[in-house]
Amino acid sequence: MTDAGAILRIDHLTRVVHDVRVVDDVSLEVARGDILAVVGPSGAGKSSFLRLLNRLDEPTSGTVYLNGRDYTAIPPRELRHQIGMVMQSAYLFPGTIAQNISYGPAQRGIELSSARIDSLLRDVGLAGRGTGDVALLSGGEAQRVALARALANEPQLLLLDEPTSALDETARKEIEVLIGTILREHRLACVIVTHDRAQARRIATRVMVMERGRLTALGSVEEVLDAR
Amino acid sequence: MLANLFQDTLSLGIAQAVAAALLAILAMWVARTQRIHLERETLVALVRGIVQIVAVGSILVFVFKGPTWTGAIVLAIMMAVAALISARRSRELPGAYRVAFISIVLGAGAVIATMTSLGVIAPTLTSLIPIGSMIIASTMNASALALERFKAELLAHVGQIEAGLALGAAPSATVGPYLQAAVTASLIPQINSLRSLGIVWIPGLMAGMVLSGTDPLYAAVYQFVVIAMIFGASSVTSVTAALLVRPRVFTPADQLILRPRG
Repeated sequence: MTDAGAILRIDHLTRVVHDVRVVDDVSLEVARGDILAVVGPSGAGKSSFLRLLNRLDEPTSGTVYLNGRDYTAIPPRELRHQIGMVMQSAYLFPGTIAQNISYGPAQRGIELSSARIDSLLRDVGLAGRGTGDVALLSGGEAQRVALARALANEPQLLLLDEPTSALDETARKEIEVLIGTILREHRLACVIVTHDRAQARRIATRVMVMERGRLTALGSVEEVLDAR
Repeated sequence: MLANLFQDTLSLGIAQAVAAALLAILAMWVARTQRIHLERETLVALVRGIVQIVAVGSILVFVFKGPTWTGAIVLAIMMAVAALISARRSRELPGAYRVAFISIVLGAGAVIATMTSLGVIAPTLTSLIPIGSMIIASTMNASALALERFKAELLAHVGQIEAGLALGAAPSATVGPYLQAAVTASLIPQINSLRSLGIVWIPGLMAGMVLSGTDPLYAAVYQFVVIAMIFGASSVTSVTAALLVRPRVFTPADQLILRPRG
């Protein structure tokens, strides 16, 4: 993997909170088409690591290069348009499904066409549901809307923080399949945090293991998960 | 009855205070029979209240004899203390004291200054200080409620706010609904007092004016004037506090600072 192909170059990324190194000197690259699973025990710093990638938290030291550009030099709002994120809960805004999907582009003064909203709804399996009130959605449906909402910004990279862990078994499988399909079809790079190694095996092309804030293993799914 | 027993106003005042305090202690005792314990709070509050108000009364005796400009100093001290009390419940908010102080000075200070220059508040210490203190006290509550509610709304909606940030929204856009809720909530007491004015509630100032022999109609109109000033001052304070605190809960890199403990 060359620098030119890397969307993200993560460079000695470190975050210290109350003298604890929650993310400790992590360096790696994420290229176009990469689906990188971040696995490790709870409290290992996986979510903290992910939150540094779109700068929801500030690194204590180290930085991230987005397409070769130091991300501290990119206005945060611009950065977050290019790096989408879906969290463990959908955290939808009160209103309709279509309003939620339009939110990101609207922040830049762009009004999504109804054709574009329809196509995003189709992508996440909610065709024709745009006028529905988000308060009435199931957990799985809400997570689909959150995914469509992130995709509406046309990000280069998607960050997924345990996107299925709050869902029941059926919804979990459906969302997992959906994520795999969307990532492949949009050729989106992705960093997905999961505590579920089987899920990492099903979705990811590469795996990194974190323990106590440190990156302890990185490689292909087979190299990392089969070796342990 | 008490007035027949006590000839000079000071001893009469003491006797009246004792009678009123006994009533409060009676209430406390009734609560105690129902196993609701208010003893400590009641006694502390009673003692504190009498000491504070008598101290203020004694100070006012001297202040009222001084030149009018001393009124500005007294009001400034009141505003500083009001800001301190107002910020107490919102220590987690960065710069809460400064925000409370600026918003109280802007709300109460502007209204007191304008109304005094228009002659609505007489430029005498005996009118400036009591009316000023009423206005300051209500801006204190408006600022405290606005800050407290804003903080609570943020802590309850960290997920939504960060979801908005992660979608590239400006910090001010992500907290818009919570700012609105905070300002509205902080003005509910003032809106209620305007609504219930005269029906549920004959406010202290009017009661005092009537007691001291002012024409009730004038007392009523003047009471409205004061409540309207209080409402205006509180609105300015509440909006200012909300707008000033909003950027302080984010870092320059648009990261939410406030976080639930745990």
